[in-house]
Amino acid sequence: MSSESVEEYLEAIYSINERGEKAKNQELAENLKVSPPSITQMVKRMANEGLVEYEPYKGAALTGKGNALAQKVVRKHRLLERFLYDYLKLPFEKVHDEACRMEHSLSDETTAALCKALDNPDVCPDNLPIPHCSLGVDDCEQCEEARSKIDVETPLTTQLSRLHPGEEGVVAYIHSGRHSGKRLQDMGLTPGTHIKMVNAAPFKGPVEIEVRGTSLALGRGLAAHVYINVEDEGQPWKRIHPHGPHHS
Amino acid sequence: MSDKITIGLAGNANVGKSVIFNQLTGLHQHVGNWPGKTVERAEGTLVFEGREIEIIDLPGIYSLSTYSIEEIVSREYIAVEHPDVIINVVDAGALERNLAFTVQLMELEPRLVLAVNQIDLAENKGIIIDTEELGKQLGAPALPTVAIKGTGLTDLVATAVKMTESASINPILYGSEIEESIETIKDKIEVQTPYPARWVAIKLLERDDEIEEILYDAHPELREIVEQERIKMESAHGHDFGSIIASERFALAHRIASNATSHIEPQKSIGEKIEDIASHPVLGYVMMIVSILSVFYSIFSFGDWLAGLIDTFFAVTHTAYFNALGETWTTTFFWNAVVDGFIGGMVVAVPYIGPFYLVLSLLEDSGYLARVAYLMDSAMHTIGLHGKGFIPVMLGFGCNVPAVLGARIMETERERLICAFVASLVPCAARSIVIMGLVATYVGFKWAVLLYVIDFFLIFILGRIAYKVAPDEPVGLIMEMPGFRLPNLSTTGTRTWFKLRMFIKEAMPIMVAGNFIVQLASVLGLLDVIEGIMSPITVGWLGLPSAAGVVLIFGILRKELTLILLGSLAGTMDFSTFMTPAQMMVFAFVVMVYVPCVSTIAALVKEFGYTKAGIISAVEVIVAVVLGGVLLRVLPFIGLA
Repeated sequence: MSSESVEEYLEAIYSINERGEKAKNQELAENLKVSPPSITQMVKRMANEGLVEYEPYKGAALTGKGNALAQKVVRKHRLLERFLYDYLKLPFEKVHDEACRMEHSLSDETTAALCKALDNPDVCPDNLPIPHCSLGVDDCEQCEEARSKIDVETPLTTQLSRLHPGEEGVVAYIHSGRHSGKRLQDMGLTPGTHIKMVNAAPFKGPVEIEVRGTSLALGRGLAAHVYINVEDEGQPWKRIHPHGPHHS
Repeated sequence: MSDKITIGLAGNANVGKSVIFNQLTGLHQHVGNWPGKTVERAEGTLVFEGREIEIIDLPGIYSLSTYSIEEIVSREYIAVEHPDVIINVVDAGALERNLAFTVQLMELEPRLVLAVNQIDLAENKGIIIDTEELGKQLGAPALPTVAIKGTGLTDLVATAVKMTESASINPILYGSEIEESIETIKDKIEVQTPYPARWVAIKLLERDDEIEEILYDAHPELREIVEQERIKMESAHGHDFGSIIASERFALAHRIASNATSHIEPQKSIGEKIEDIASHPVLGYVMMIVSILSVFYSIFSFGDWLAGLIDTFFAVTHTAYFNALGETWTTTFFWNAVVDGFIGGMVVAVPYIGPFYLVLSLLEDSGYLARVAYLMDSAMHTIGLHGKGFIPVMLGFGCNVPAVLGARIMETERERLICAFVASLVPCAARSIVIMGLVATYVGFKWAVLLYVIDFFLIFILGRIAYKVAPDEPVGLIMEMPGFRLPNLSTTGTRTWFKLRMFIKEAMPIMVAGNFIVQLASVLGLLDVIEGIMSPITVGWLGLPSAAGVVLIFGILRKELTLILLGSLAGTMDFSTFMTPAQMMVFAFVVMVYVPCVSTIAALVKEFGYTKAGIISAVEVIVAVVLGGVLLRVLPFIGLA
């Protein structure tokens, strides 16, 4: 399957999940203008790759890994929409389709430049939030500094709250208040720490994770401030911090 | 060297520290508060080989920063009171995280002994710890213990006593660039503090508010130097210094722990099987409801039984007292003003607090409390709290006093205050008596339900407002999920007894004094005056009979008595003869909300001081009066005249 079409699927599922619903094949078929059998086939393939969790008749929900990939492309998409709408003054109805065509070829470098030129916008013209970039920076200055230290690709990160039970990853950075940040570090959630999602309580309750041989519960809101690198191999945070924390 | 030795017990929560403390000191202990702080201070004594040893059980913490009052208390104790030895209790099953705290303790350069506790449970998990190797790695003796069985404790104390003769330990050094920065700052520190200079330097780099204040106020130029060093490190690492040093500590802890640990095949314990059920999305809630209800039921049925017993006892005393001394003005006044206040405290608060302390610590020690907090977190967020606040708020339905005291399970002062405030709004059993006895009986059951609904709505609104206006940053739920284990009954029992004693000692005088003032005012004829002053509010705004003013004042002492008092002042227990249904609704509403009873106020004072207890009481009075009047004016529109 081409990476472009996977990206389209990820994006479509992400948009539906964003409303708090699972993506049903029927709705995906309508949104992507693809026949239902091909949708079923593709979603199953994505489930095999660990990008979605699929339950027949209920629909698909992105895993942590799926979310990380989706957020990257959704970010590009929504930044492009902003640009087309604000700068190029394209009509509102057209920006979505235009952005869809451009997003797959947009490099991370250009994305960062776009973000800076648009002054780091929070939402797209549809008022949907633009996902955070995966560098853990607060402003353009820090972004530039961080970007100067990494290779071509930015790391694949997503919020801890988006991981599914059983998924693992490495803490990339924490974006929270000083107090909570301190507390999370005290409990062992320092950058580079390996974590495993154990359980998520119903009704948007806390998540239970395994970290450093202990079990920890974090409120869902707090877990949404902890960014996890979900790449299978290689730990790009090491590329950012050559002298960074040691971890086996 | 003095003959008396002081030992501080320090460590994370849930490591069995209190069990060790209890095993060592038995009944020779005292539970109080740290001066000026709402943190429990347990100290005890022990005679070992003819020497007297004083042991302080420090609160369970994860760091020595200023995150919680417990942390501040602990670090001040170690640096200022300077105990001869610190015994750091660590959980063998979670060595890495526990050692990260050990590394921090070592920054304070005390004489340190490590108690590697629950070494048997760790073995079940497949973790074998070589304590000798661990000691070597740390540069401080480490001994295996199983506190619940008392294993290894004699060796532990013997080692600690021997340590008093040796020098304090050296802190473990971090990476060279960090140490260089620390060294640079250390050399520039001119202000004398009780803390070691290296520790002060680290804390300055970490932006520790307290230490910054002490140092920078006296020596402002230091800020610049620290700032430079911090920026140097932060730009090299790409993270803030807090993150860098935390990573360093954990990296050290990880290295030491792995060098001293080997693994065998783990066994799935019964505890783990229960854990699976307890976190199950359906069975978990079933298990929670069943256990909470039974806990609740047992606390209050036992409390009721005990309260009845105490009441009977005082009734007998009452008769005997008047038979012996005769019913004169003086004897009556003495009984009403002095003895009655004491009885009130004994009957209202004490019977429920004992079992409450017991059950709460059993829930906490068994590890179940964490599961409940986990399941209830999102629901509690709607009222400005997080999952841990569920138990105190729930207990409030029985009695607000244990609920306010239970707010201590929240970590930060902010969360504790919100929790106690919310808990004081929950209709306790005494208030339910008024609602049921008056509104449900005379107006109708659905109107009683309406009052509860209004109260829950108030809790919801006021909880959210408190969440917004309370100072400091809100912190979500971050807690360890300890495995299930059998709590140690002797530790829990002893601790409960000493806590109960402290409560009686601290809160009883406030309750007695409150009663005395009201009775004195009554004797001096001040109540009529107050009734007159209050009548624009009670009669004018709230539309209640004028006797209600006095009743509401007495209601502060014991809310369930307001009904009886109102009846006796009116000369009949048939309330429908002198009150309209709307008046009953308003009266019950005001009683429900207007002010915590004197026992709850005493508990609030004990936990938060007079100012905050005063603010909470004032807010509730204002809300009750304002909304009571509004209710009176709205009731006709919803069908109640």
